[in-house]
Amino acid sequence: MKKIEIGKKILNKNEKCAIENKSLLAEKKKLCLNMISSPGSGKTTILVRTITELKEKIKIGVIEGDIQTDIDAERIRATEAPAVQINTEGACHLSAVQISRGLKNLPVDDLDLIIIENVGNLVCPSAFELGEAAKVVVLSVAEGDDKPAKYPGIFVKSKVLLINKIDLLASGGQVDFDIERVKTDARRLNKTIKIFPISAKTGQGMADWYDWLAKNVEQCRTRT
Amino acid sequence: MHETMIAQSLLAQISEEAAKQNAKPVAAKISCGKLNTVNDEVLCFAFEAIAEGTLCQGVKLEIEHKPLHAKCKICNSIFIIEFSNPQCEKCNGKEFELLPDAPLILEEIEFQTG
Repeated sequence: MKKIEIGKKILNKNEKCAIENKSLLAEKKKLCLNMISSPGSGKTTILVRTITELKEKIKIGVIEGDIQTDIDAERIRATEAPAVQINTEGACHLSAVQISRGLKNLPVDDLDLIIIENVGNLVCPSAFELGEAAKVVVLSVAEGDDKPAKYPGIFVKSKVLLINKIDLLASGGQVDFDIERVKTDARRLNKTIKIFPISAKTGQGMADWYDWLAKNVEQCRTRT
Repeated sequence: MHETMIAQSLLAQISEEAAKQNAKPVAAKISCGKLNTVNDEVLCFAFEAIAEGTLCQGVKLEIEHKPLHAKCKICNSIFIIEFSNPQCEKCNGKEFELLPDAPLILEEIEFQTG
């Protein structure tokens, strides 16, 4: 038997491509966010509302990742924002090379912000860098308040946590969800995570999220 | 399920090295951090499935999980973080900074000789 030392990163191809995406976006001074959540947390609804309400202020383009169909890209296009659909054909996450292709099919120069809507999954997408400036994790109240404790990885790696569907909490106790528990659990591991409780349906809380976006788009644009 | 993609990358790297060494690989050592969320059983199953019929068929994977460390902002000691109870081992402080997680590394390949 002969042992050979390798010491090579297993995901180096993905990582190399992610770095290329990141430097392309930095060069063009475009903010890129990677949005991650379970299926059905309301990512697309959040995007549709955000795009529509910020239309005059921030030009947004979207890369949609789904296992199948272009339902989500169609919903985005209905707002007149450009959207590219990537079908992963079974894969549970997007990879950097798919984003590289996606960026080629978006009018990046005309945009301020590119949002990647990852495949609905709280685990796998967090292990693959895509070249984004920050990850945004979405948790809807119907999923339960134990998710930061159960799936710490994504909450550790995200800069922003959007707690969505808070309108369900107001409607009279159909959903048991302790927002304070989520905030405490998320901040135990990630002191600087920004947390915005929102309802993409009613618009409640969205203004703070928009302010964060506007501030970060501006920082990216003026970075030297 | 992202283990499938990890297994594919791993198969490509081991096959490449096997061609270089002109030898049959029999085992490989991998290390990973806490945030890679690698499940050993799933990774081994995925690797076994895609390695079938290739030179890497039968390669045994040994997976080492490296802990995630944090630095205490109060007493400056470096400690292993437990997600269930994240606090400094020494002073029980809850103010800390997470240190970088270990990446997924192909550490070593063992080849048959003769």
